Amino acid sequence: MNPDATLITLFASVFGVLALASSIGALLKWRLGAGQSSNVVDNLNARIKAWWWMIGLLALAFWGGKSGVIALFAFISFQCLREFISVTHTRIGDHKALMWCFFFFLPLQYWLIAIDWYGLFSILIPVYAFLLLPISSALGADTTRFLERAAKVQWGLMICVYCISHVPALLSLSIPGFAGRNLQLIVFLVLTVQSSDVFQYIWGKLFGKHKLSPEISPSKTLEGLIGGVLTSTAVGAALWWITPFAAWQAALIALTINILGFFGGFVLSAIKRDRGLKDWGSMIEGHGGMLDRVDSISFSAPIFFHIVRYWWVP
Amino acid sequence: MALENFIAAALCSFAKLLTGVRARWLGGLPDKRVRIYYPNHRSHGDFLLVWASLPTPLRKSTRPVAGADYWLQGKLRSYLIHRVFHGVLIDRLGGRSADPIGHMSEALVAGDSLILFPEGTRNLGDGLLPFKSGLYHLARANPLVEMVPVWIENLGRAMPKGCLVPLPLLCTLTFGQPITLQAGENKDTFLARARQALLDLAPPAD
Repeated sequence: MNPDATLITLFASVFGVLALASSIGALLKWRLGAGQSSNVVDNLNARIKAWWWMIGLLALAFWGGKSGVIALFAFISFQCLREFISVTHTRIGDHKALMWCFFFFLPLQYWLIAIDWYGLFSILIPVYAFLLLPISSALGADTTRFLERAAKVQWGLMICVYCISHVPALLSLSIPGFAGRNLQLIVFLVLTVQSSDVFQYIWGKLFGKHKLSPEISPSKTLEGLIGGVLTSTAVGAALWWITPFAAWQAALIALTINILGFFGGFVLSAIKRDRGLKDWGSMIEGHGGMLDRVDSISFSAPIFFHIVRYWWVP
Repeated sequence: MALENFIAAALCSFAKLLTGVRARWLGGLPDKRVRIYYPNHRSHGDFLLVWASLPTPLRKSTRPVAGADYWLQGKLRSYLIHRVFHGVLIDRLGGRSADPIGHMSEALVAGDSLILFPEGTRNLGDGLLPFKSGLYHLARANPLVEMVPVWIENLGRAMPKGCLVPLPLLCTLTFGQPITLQAGENKDTFLARARQALLDLAPPAD
């Protein structure tokens, strides 16, 4: 199949799965009977509806090619950083540093992908932002909780911008025999990791008994984790034909990024609980904020990028 | 009138879009009865955000209390506060003779709700300044009127004093349980209680 036909087939299949999910959601709602309502079913239907939008937006971005994908993930980073900084306490002395984050480092990071400058892309935030932002904050002449504030700003930038920007950066890898097909790597990453979130939710709702860590995430269960990660590892393995990997390699990589994705949600939950929050925001109905949806992508994308770069890019 | 309504709606949509504001009503649903909303004050945009977060029918009968010294400078400000926001202008520099409580009570008696900043001025630091006595005198003059604390989170961070471009932070407005002046409650007790009710809505400190 040529690259376009492959992508069309993939998206058509995902929309098919969504149609199935919507029918099941409608059936569950109908079985409840008139006048009755269930939070779980309503939330499930809201989530499925939001999935239609998210997959539709992803398809639209893919249609726009490299620039479309860069624009989409730059927007996702922007929204995540917005949610992250909104619930993180900083002080007035950090105002300039935050301006730099939103209006300089974020656009520059994505622009570096657009012009294929890998060297600077990989160190812009861990080196330059890391050193320059605390200088800006220190010039604010406020020492209250200084280290903590500097750490928060850097952390937000790493999680929301640096890590997520590794998704569109997959487009700049040149893999022998895979030219013109790099968008499929993004499909592999996003489908595997996001399906892991979905399957963890389903396994947890159906068979969840043993709470994993009630202090951090009351809804996560051991059954959900194992069932979800294994199921979506199977999904990843089944997608080997769209990647440069062999089937066993696809399975191993899927397992790795699923575990990382799980811990992405876990770590960000710890931050949410500390701030007394359930969700990062309210942008995506049924899911919470943007960061609630892409926390797993944030943790898995850089590792996936480097696995591919180390073993498949000569 | 149509133009003013349009400007009001446009400003509200703009403020909502820019701040992604989310309103949480912890003290029951929005209610059309006459009320005094008393938010914390960190930014010039505060009252617009409270105003924009009210459902349209409530917004139409809710008037911000504003300082005449600021709002009467220049034609544009004057037009906005009189025709678009229908503000109740208070002479902050005129002392007692200006009778601000009288002006505000007139608006309440006429059936309008008010947005009143009990700190009296913008707070450029953290937390909440001590309340001025205005809220208490207003409560004494209108003992049946409910007072709703409103915590505005993040607008002061997004637009601190002297900044030209705002940070794109998400703002949250938390509307709390209404309070009223209790029989025999003195000024200090009432103001402390009202202030605590507002502080209770703030997110946890670090």
